[in-house]
Amino acid sequence: MTSFVTAATAVDPTLETFENDIWWIVLIKLVGVFALLLLLTLFTINYERKVVARMAVRPGPNQVGPKGWLQSLTDGLKLPFKEEIIPKTADKVVYFIAPVISATTAFTAFSVMPFGGVVNMFGHQTALQLTDVPVSVLVLLACSSMSVYGVVLAGWASGSTYPLLGGLRSSAQMISYEVAMGLSIVAVFMTAGTMSTSQIVAAQASGDPVQLFGFEVTAPGWYAVQLLPSFIIYMIAAVGETNRAPFDLPEAESELVGGFHTEYSSFKFALFFLAEYINMITVSAFCTTLFLGGWRAPAPITTFWEGANSGYWPLLWFFGKVLILLFGFIWLRATLPRMRYDQFMRFGWKVLIPVSLVWILFLAFFKVARSGAISDTTRWVTTGVVAVLVLAIAWGWPSPKKPKQLSIEEELHQRPPGSFPVPPMDLQVPPSPRVRRAVAERDPVSKEV
Amino acid sequence: MTVADVLLLALGAVAVGAGVLVVTSAHLVRSGLYLVVSLGAMAGLYLVLGAELVAWVQILVYVGAVVVLLLFAVMLTRAPIGPSTDLDRPALPAVLIGGGAGLGLAALFADAFRWTFYAMPEPGTAERVGEQIFGGWVLPFEVLSILLLSALVGAIVLSRPDIGARAAATATEHERGA
Repeated sequence: MTSFVTAATAVDPTLETFENDIWWIVLIKLVGVFALLLLLTLFTINYERKVVARMAVRPGPNQVGPKGWLQSLTDGLKLPFKEEIIPKTADKVVYFIAPVISATTAFTAFSVMPFGGVVNMFGHQTALQLTDVPVSVLVLLACSSMSVYGVVLAGWASGSTYPLLGGLRSSAQMISYEVAMGLSIVAVFMTAGTMSTSQIVAAQASGDPVQLFGFEVTAPGWYAVQLLPSFIIYMIAAVGETNRAPFDLPEAESELVGGFHTEYSSFKFALFFLAEYINMITVSAFCTTLFLGGWRAPAPITTFWEGANSGYWPLLWFFGKVLILLFGFIWLRATLPRMRYDQFMRFGWKVLIPVSLVWILFLAFFKVARSGAISDTTRWVTTGVVAVLVLAIAWGWPSPKKPKQLSIEEELHQRPPGSFPVPPMDLQVPPSPRVRRAVAERDPVSKEV
Repeated sequence: MTVADVLLLALGAVAVGAGVLVVTSAHLVRSGLYLVVSLGAMAGLYLVLGAELVAWVQILVYVGAVVVLLLFAVMLTRAPIGPSTDLDRPALPAVLIGGGAGLGLAALFADAFRWTFYAMPEPGTAERVGEQIFGGWVLPFEVLSILLLSALVGAIVLSRPDIGARAAATATEHERGA
């Protein structure tokens, strides 16, 4: 193994770095990721409750531990000791497997997440990332698509109506939003030219210089800036994918009691709970990696502090970004009402997916034009033709016909025979006796005037 | 036998065994789960052969989307917990046809490539798969996409019988109104 430069510069791992790991280093990293996820989950639950409480102007959990920060730990310890109730109609085997699938896929997804560059761990050079493969982004997507099984099977195996409806909703929702999510990531693949998470982070280290009106401007390296539409689509799809508010239809408590996990209790419920929060952390970490420069320090820091990306410092930047994104999740939950199911599906299929397809097409054209494969005149001509075409289509697009406003009498007349009777339109509701009495008592005052 | 050989055999056995369970199980949803195991074992085979991209796409598409849709459809129509008693097609013809086709194809391939040795190609990276698909195999790829598109349109037409009949329907409505 070649000697790495361990000075105060960031060292990007390559795929060979992971092949050279010794087994006990891998074991340490594995246990580290596992413990980290558990701790982060406990923290996030408390974080969410406190932030939501703050936004609702109430104290939130403040009894257990310093300022209530141990509340979720006690909840987590309490849950496994509760009584386990399994419905008689349940399919026992699948009922048992479902939460296991949910938790396992949630943990597995984190194995390809890069937390930092190459560090010195007990005298060995290793990357702060459990493992990496050339297609590690696909591994992550595969894990998130496998997690649908946990939800669907839990809903079905409970042998009860509300969980089944929740499971069905959820599978439709997750499949729909997975498409939009995958399409938004395609833009990152095209720009970075790789599918490995560590390489994508490396590709965002510096922006490429752009000639703009004779000046050379260095575009920011973060894909959140370079590929803003993809970033926005990813964020929306991530909320839909994790079943969080305002897209938490699978567990809409006002309609479905608790959705797919209504019949679950005790430890199995705890596993679902854990999986939901880990998924939230995973999509945030994934977003950090793909769009926010990964573990590298934000732009102004590195200019006056050279060593910001060296050693274990990247952990700070990485988790700082993840916590900000998690705050966004919680913020959404505290402020937005739940969407209706048809609005939600229409938004996913008719807005997000077409927009990301058009954006990818545009990006591909941009890449080809910039690579110098076509001449300058061709570039301007094609751009002009496309712009004119888009304008023409937008101009000539048939606007939806507004339905004629019918008066109430006409609407009543159109109702099919056998409809419910309606009260007469000129019905006068007499004032209640109490109001009449109150008015009568007030009368002497008016007489005085 | 190398480790790769052993893994290939074991994963192949898992894939075939799970495939047999898919058709013999009387539990509808569980046979869907066996299908997941079978397709997952296929992905494992691709991994052993060094085609990582194909393996993960297999999991992403087949395990993560196709079978989920299948289970979704089963649950939408009816989702019986426990064995279904009305799965009573005679098994013998199916066994004969399936076993015959499988064994015959296996024998054919074993005979054809028995004495041919192929050097293990480079691991199937995304670049190589892309070059192959959009280079030598672009025509089958495009034909397949047209096939899928026509299937999609056909499904919409079948599930929306009201589209073609709209004019007639509005005409009858007008008559009723008058």
